[in-house]
Amino acid sequence: MYRSNVLVCGGTGCTSSNSEQIIEKLNEEIKAVGLDKEVNVIRTGCFGLCALGPIMVVYPEGAFYSRVTADDVKEIVDEHLLKGRIVKRLLYQETVVDDNTTKSLNETKFYAKQMRIALRNCGVINPELIDEYIAQDGYAALGKVLTEMTPQEVIDLMLASGLRGRGGAGFPTGLKWKFAAANKADQKYACCNADEGDPGAFMDRSVLEGDPHSVLEAMAIAGYAIGASQGYIYIRAEYPIAVKRLQIAIDQAREYGLLGKNIFDSGFDFDIDIRLGAGAFVCGEETALMTSIEGKRGEPRVRPPFPALKGLFGKPTVLNNVETYANIPQIILKGADWFRSIGTEKSPGTKVFALGGKITNTGLVEVPMGTTLREVVEDIGGGVPGGHTFKAAQTGGPSGGCIPAKLIDTPIDYDNLIAIGSMMGSGGLIVMDETTCMVDIAKFFLEFTVDESCGKCTPCRVGTKRLLEILNKITSGNGTLEDIDKMEELCYYIKENSLCGLGQTAPNPVLSTLKYYRDEYEAHVVEHRCPAGACKALTNYTIEADKCKGCTLCARNCPVGAISGAVKQLHVIDTNKCIKCGVCAEKCKFGAVVKK
Amino acid sequence: MQKRISNLPFHDTPEQAGKLDEVIAGLKGQEGAVMPALHQAQEIYGYLPLEVQQKIAKGLNVPLEEVYGVSTFYSQFSLTPKGRNHISVCLGTACYVKGADKVLDRIQQKLGINPEECTEDGAFSLTACRCIGACGLAPVMTVNEDVYGRLVPEDVDGILAKYME
Repeated sequence: MYRSNVLVCGGTGCTSSNSEQIIEKLNEEIKAVGLDKEVNVIRTGCFGLCALGPIMVVYPEGAFYSRVTADDVKEIVDEHLLKGRIVKRLLYQETVVDDNTTKSLNETKFYAKQMRIALRNCGVINPELIDEYIAQDGYAALGKVLTEMTPQEVIDLMLASGLRGRGGAGFPTGLKWKFAAANKADQKYACCNADEGDPGAFMDRSVLEGDPHSVLEAMAIAGYAIGASQGYIYIRAEYPIAVKRLQIAIDQAREYGLLGKNIFDSGFDFDIDIRLGAGAFVCGEETALMTSIEGKRGEPRVRPPFPALKGLFGKPTVLNNVETYANIPQIILKGADWFRSIGTEKSPGTKVFALGGKITNTGLVEVPMGTTLREVVEDIGGGVPGGHTFKAAQTGGPSGGCIPAKLIDTPIDYDNLIAIGSMMGSGGLIVMDETTCMVDIAKFFLEFTVDESCGKCTPCRVGTKRLLEILNKITSGNGTLEDIDKMEELCYYIKENSLCGLGQTAPNPVLSTLKYYRDEYEAHVVEHRCPAGACKALTNYTIEADKCKGCTLCARNCPVGAISGAVKQLHVIDTNKCIKCGVCAEKCKFGAVVKK
Repeated sequence: MQKRISNLPFHDTPEQAGKLDEVIAGLKGQEGAVMPALHQAQEIYGYLPLEVQQKIAKGLNVPLEEVYGVSTFYSQFSLTPKGRNHISVCLGTACYVKGADKVLDRIQQKLGINPEECTEDGAFSLTACRCIGACGLAPVMTVNEDVYGRLVPEDVDGILAKYME
């Protein structure tokens, strides 16, 4: 038993800001004061509040230290761990009530409205120790399934729970399992899609880094339900920490007999292997993913036949996303009614979102379905920083769309998002303020899809390229009103005729911005003006004569020497040399540099 | 993305050649061996010269067309050598709306190269990547294994200076 437990976040965000070094330093300092038998340092998965990283929580007090640096460690050890005095200076300010009281993390705005099912163990346990997972009821669901339930009962429970795929499309998980179970074959596969390609989304990575065993357990349950003995996890090679922890988890589960032959003495065999992706967005599409596991170019193929009939290596296959799997052990243990009591009627349960962009509390949040966008952005996310105003939220990544400020009270679930022209997607939620140009954002996503289109079918390969060309024309000030109409027509053509989900959804960013921000497109082509001031070709910087004091600060900071003028004289920007980086406007203390 | 193909002459050491032979021997006859072979070959050489791809094709007894098809399909596989310091600027959505493009512009100006290129002295190479998942730190760039977050363009000069000999 330890007197104190010190939890340090070892997720990718905090690791990137040196949490490893903090852990090393902690161990050193704790040893130096002779507390190494009394204080336990634990490297956990993501706490969610990435904006405040690196994060450290000390129990039993529950003191939440934020933005800790290696230099702060000695003070925390000497004051808090040795003398029992919490270092107030380093606490997350919202947890400080007054000089003598602090409130718990669950009472802070960021955590109060959250409900953690998929993330229940992230930031709580050490993901590299299977015993800590087992202590949190880990593998109890697998035990229950193998010893008390038939495969049909498992499928019925999943159907009754109403769980829908968290990867984006929202297909009922139970139905997927039912189809694969019904097909007879000598070999079947239960696979996990961890190819989180949507830029700005990191839910799945955090689950794998913070609680890998929950995914392994659920895959074994899926294997039992459909009659598969082998599973594959297809994961991005860009996630080295997740890959490492997953491999450790697989090795430990094998050692404990929770993977392999005759699990729980039930006669059921199941094993899991990892397959690394190599950076191709299209491999998130199920048929492309399976082709890639087979070692080929990850191109999708025509469905039907669906993977439930002919999937990996031509055998019946179930493929679920990481977050979907992470929900399953809890559903088995607590029942379908419990799960249905959370969220909305058609979308039960919770959803994890990766909050990013122009928002105060960037990070990972899990909320019941039906929570409004306003609650997520304003209450949990802390609103838009820097005095800017909320303009739109983008969900669903390159396949999704923008939700404008006027629809901020929409309750978030699968069907509502589709109805307003976006989609749930895997859960990336990027907040934009008034300085973001919606035409530029549409162009950004089209650049992405043009790069990532696999090239197999023409509507997607050529169509997205033509779309991007029109968008480039508009953002460079050469577009016409006809171009906008042509683009809209092309969008519908691509949607209807593409082979796989990538092409069918690629025009969504254009269509949704056209729907809500058509006036911005028109300003670009009619007035040759970018209302947000983001499109470089349509923006010019000038110095206002009455405000310029001739301090030379702008000229000294201009990276290309485009500003001329003597001391105490009016300065002038040479528009031919100017690269429109905006440094002059940022540096000017008198507001003399204006963007037009 | 159109892949840039290296026109530098290929040289390998006997040690590298030996390692590649081992990799090929270990994977021979396995189903779906091309991708793992390319992953490991890239670890040995740092990139995938055509000569290496030919050797893999021959060794695994698959057509070169198939190997080349895989190596040019996935963005992780590089057909050009990297610099001694490899810079990767994240252009994921979260970084983009926070001005990652301006950070990239500054690096391009400073080094005089475009993404997917290497400086003439071989000191730096540059790529624009898609989301490394550190969105809480946006905008983010990495130099080799080091991660730099919450960047503004002015930070670039200082960061690059650390890697200039």
